[in-house]
Amino acid sequence: MKIAVLSGKGGTGKTFVSTNLTRVINNSTYLDCDVEEPNGYLFLKGPVLETSPVALPIPIIDHQLCDGCKKCVDFCQFNALAYTGKRVLVFEKICHSCGGCEIICPQNAIKEVPREIGKIEKRSYEDTTLYTGMLNTGEESGTAIIGELLKKVSEEDSVVIDCPPGSSCVVMDSIRDADYCLLVAEPSIFGSHNLRMVHELVSLFEKPLGVVLNKTLGDRNPSEDYCQEMGLDILLRIPWSDELGNYNAEGIIAAEQKDEYKNMFTGLLHRIHEEVSV
Amino acid sequence: MIIGIPADIEDMNGPVGGSFGRTPYYFIYDDQKEAGYFVENTAATAQGGAGVKAAQILVDQKSEVVISPQLGENAAMVLRDANIELFQSQDGSLMDHVLLFRDGKLEKLNNIHEGFHRH
Repeated sequence: MKIAVLSGKGGTGKTFVSTNLTRVINNSTYLDCDVEEPNGYLFLKGPVLETSPVALPIPIIDHQLCDGCKKCVDFCQFNALAYTGKRVLVFEKICHSCGGCEIICPQNAIKEVPREIGKIEKRSYEDTTLYTGMLNTGEESGTAIIGELLKKVSEEDSVVIDCPPGSSCVVMDSIRDADYCLLVAEPSIFGSHNLRMVHELVSLFEKPLGVVLNKTLGDRNPSEDYCQEMGLDILLRIPWSDELGNYNAEGIIAAEQKDEYKNMFTGLLHRIHEEVSV
Repeated sequence: MIIGIPADIEDMNGPVGGSFGRTPYYFIYDDQKEAGYFVENTAATAQGGAGVKAAQILVDQKSEVVISPQLGENAAMVLRDANIELFQSQDGSLMDHVLLFRDGKLEKLNNIHEGFHRH
């Protein structure tokens, strides 16, 4: 089973929930899809066993062959090419690697070459295998890295997917293969607004979902109000705790420290299994 | 000299457009013929790469001079590679800028930003 952990805003506790959940699953695989700032490896500590680069094809122009017909410039829907009267300029970061310019060029002056945008690191921690997607600084989109990350696992694997924050393309790609989506939410108006955004996204994909209310304070919780309004299942409430905050700050997995927390996440896992088997 | 200037409205007495890539029109003025016209900026609604596409429009119009309040780095790269001279706009109408250019009263454009990609 693949469980995707997501939240609209950063800092709600995606990695906290993901790493702890991973550690109560036997022989689990953890995919860190938060490729702009992956941090699961700070908790699931282990040496890098394998590094694989992720590259995208981008066009290079043979200026000798190019006759300036501009067919490639007109074809490019992303405006990644310009003809300046003497040559075609390629804007690599705007390019979406569709390959259309290479096909359309009558002079065969365009070839695609790989351009590295990031990498995937494999680590192992106890019986968990961790794959971390890392997007190079300055790159605009990590979707290709997420696509490669998802190829690392097979149907039989027990997988926890730590998603990027927000509700954009990279999040959609991260949850595409998920069997269950776990939405982590904070007790604030901002938190409930972002919960609504990811809830709408996950609903579009028609995935089963449940909510973890993190850092609850005992008084009014706008995220809980939203769950009640929409009839969403609240699988777990994690009260605000200095102890958990300290564990997190030190890169310690709470479920490995105290039975109380281990039972909390084992209970969460059971609830998810129940929800999926219904 | 053919001069290209971003424009908010199709009126040569109107103001210079506030944005280079997302401006709705360009005012193209031929200094020799003393005639100007407007072209629509089809890049204004582009999802991405608006600066590149907008710069291509000005290259295709055979502009030799571009006057703008600022410029993204991608657009600047295209315009410079096409040997187009870049000048900073000031207060005043589009036609005022044509006259300022003619009198050599415009400063070179140094206001090149990193672009407003995805904003």
